[in-house]
Amino acid sequence: MRPWILTSTFNMTQQEWIERVVKPALFIVCLIPLALMAWDAFNNQLGANPIEKIMRRTGDWTLRFLLITLTITPARQLLNLPWLIKLRRMLGLFAFFYALLHFTNYIWLDQYFDVDEIIKDVIKRKYITVGFICFLMLIPLAITSTNNMVKRLGGKRWQKLHKSVYAIAIGGVIHYLWLVKKDLSEPLIYAALLAVLLGYRIWQHQRKKSPQTTQSTMSPAQSG
Amino acid sequence: MLIKKPDDIASSEITDKRVYFNRREFIETALGVAGAAAVLPSLLLPGSAQAGTRLAGVRPASTKAPFGTDEERTPYEDVTRYNNFYEFGVEKEDPALMSKNFRTKPWTVTIEGEVNKPAVYQLEDFIKPHTLEERIYRLRCVEAWSMVIPWVGIPLADIIKRLEPTSKAKYVEFTTLHDPAQMPGQRRAVLKWPYVEGLRMDEAMNPLAILAVGLYGETLPNQNGAPLRLVVPWKYGFKNIKSIVKIRFVEKQPITAWMAAGPSEYGFYANVNPEVNHPRWSQARERRIGEFLKRKTLMFNGYADQVGHMYAAMDLNKYF
Repeated sequence: MRPWILTSTFNMTQQEWIERVVKPALFIVCLIPLALMAWDAFNNQLGANPIEKIMRRTGDWTLRFLLITLTITPARQLLNLPWLIKLRRMLGLFAFFYALLHFTNYIWLDQYFDVDEIIKDVIKRKYITVGFICFLMLIPLAITSTNNMVKRLGGKRWQKLHKSVYAIAIGGVIHYLWLVKKDLSEPLIYAALLAVLLGYRIWQHQRKKSPQTTQSTMSPAQSG
Repeated sequence: MLIKKPDDIASSEITDKRVYFNRREFIETALGVAGAAAVLPSLLLPGSAQAGTRLAGVRPASTKAPFGTDEERTPYEDVTRYNNFYEFGVEKEDPALMSKNFRTKPWTVTIEGEVNKPAVYQLEDFIKPHTLEERIYRLRCVEAWSMVIPWVGIPLADIIKRLEPTSKAKYVEFTTLHDPAQMPGQRRAVLKWPYVEGLRMDEAMNPLAILAVGLYGETLPNQNGAPLRLVVPWKYGFKNIKSIVKIRFVEKQPITAWMAAGPSEYGFYANVNPEVNHPRWSQARERRIGEFLKRKTLMFNGYADQVGHMYAAMDLNKYF
């Protein structure tokens, strides 16, 4: 006899497979960077300046998740994997999650709620200004990520609001570029990847405008 | 008259690594452990990246300001694993990993420029005429972190006097080794190589300035600038040039590596100053490595009494 899990796996529809297997697995995978940080912290492996290390890692993962989220639309179109869209919300929310950790680390561990210093930092240091604005801009996107909110806002308005993720991603890369003291190679890698992802959308947009190719209408959650 | 200032009296309260090990040895002997076993702990310490050979004949540091401090010293592991030494990579962990095979023997130091005794010295001969001294200094990085490090070195002033600079020598310029084969960081143009630093003559002659050959009583680990580096504790860390191969006496102010890289951010003087704003980091506070809350940064890193007079007439916002 086959174990029940396999039997049930084989009997699943694609929809069920995504909901019951792919999404929970992805959820766990997305928590790995956090788990590794916790592990390193627990084992005293964050180096001589752990707060700086946490700052770097949470910042890196915020940018990575932003870029991964922006990869979903091109990937599903180019690879013909329309179901990938079902993972986009979770990935976007993980970008917000790591941004929240990054922000919390700054406010709490790094500055220890020194409001005066924080205000000065945000005003005086342009990379912090940009990062701070990007974080604020992510909040409404996270709040309106539920099905209910999509309905309440209506597809068009929801979509318009969520287009701001492009600006946030650009801001995030600029934040990294401006904070690096020297050696811009890492932030430039992020910049190049983002340029490709945004370039794809510009190219798509141009194509749409030309009359012969009319795109089928999509539900708001499916267009990107 | 030979009256020692109280500052110069070495305090017996200090517990440096050497004393610590001696005490351990003492305890072990007292417990009846064979003498040979006393050396075992240092051999068995797992993963402690001991670079050093123990330096002999070092005059111990005072715990009193300015040449010593009773502040807690940054652990050896942190001092040797959290480094800015771009010649071996830009990440803090890079220098310890990438400098393992760096050869510091033989090593020569070239003396040139406005000086009566230009010469190329073997490092041993360069050091030999002097007595090594321990100095426990605060190190404040421009990135707003700091450490307390027990250096071993020679007062720079003693060396300069011996070299007899001419009256034209207004500045001292230091140069790091340029060897991309050994220093992988130099294969990319992150900075203009070789790294150059400089001091005004009166700064170089200040009793606080030393050329260090060791830390924690041992020869310098490669990642800390072996075999010879500058230590000027009232200035930001990047002034403390590492792995020096050339000392040149010059008439004009040298252009240092970081001045060339970002003139609006890094000045020639680079004195620790909590009041001069930096576009990247607030200099008002710093995180002492190993501490959680930030502490206030002190003017000239707490060495104002010793160095303040050199800058009395200068606008420090302009000459940052």
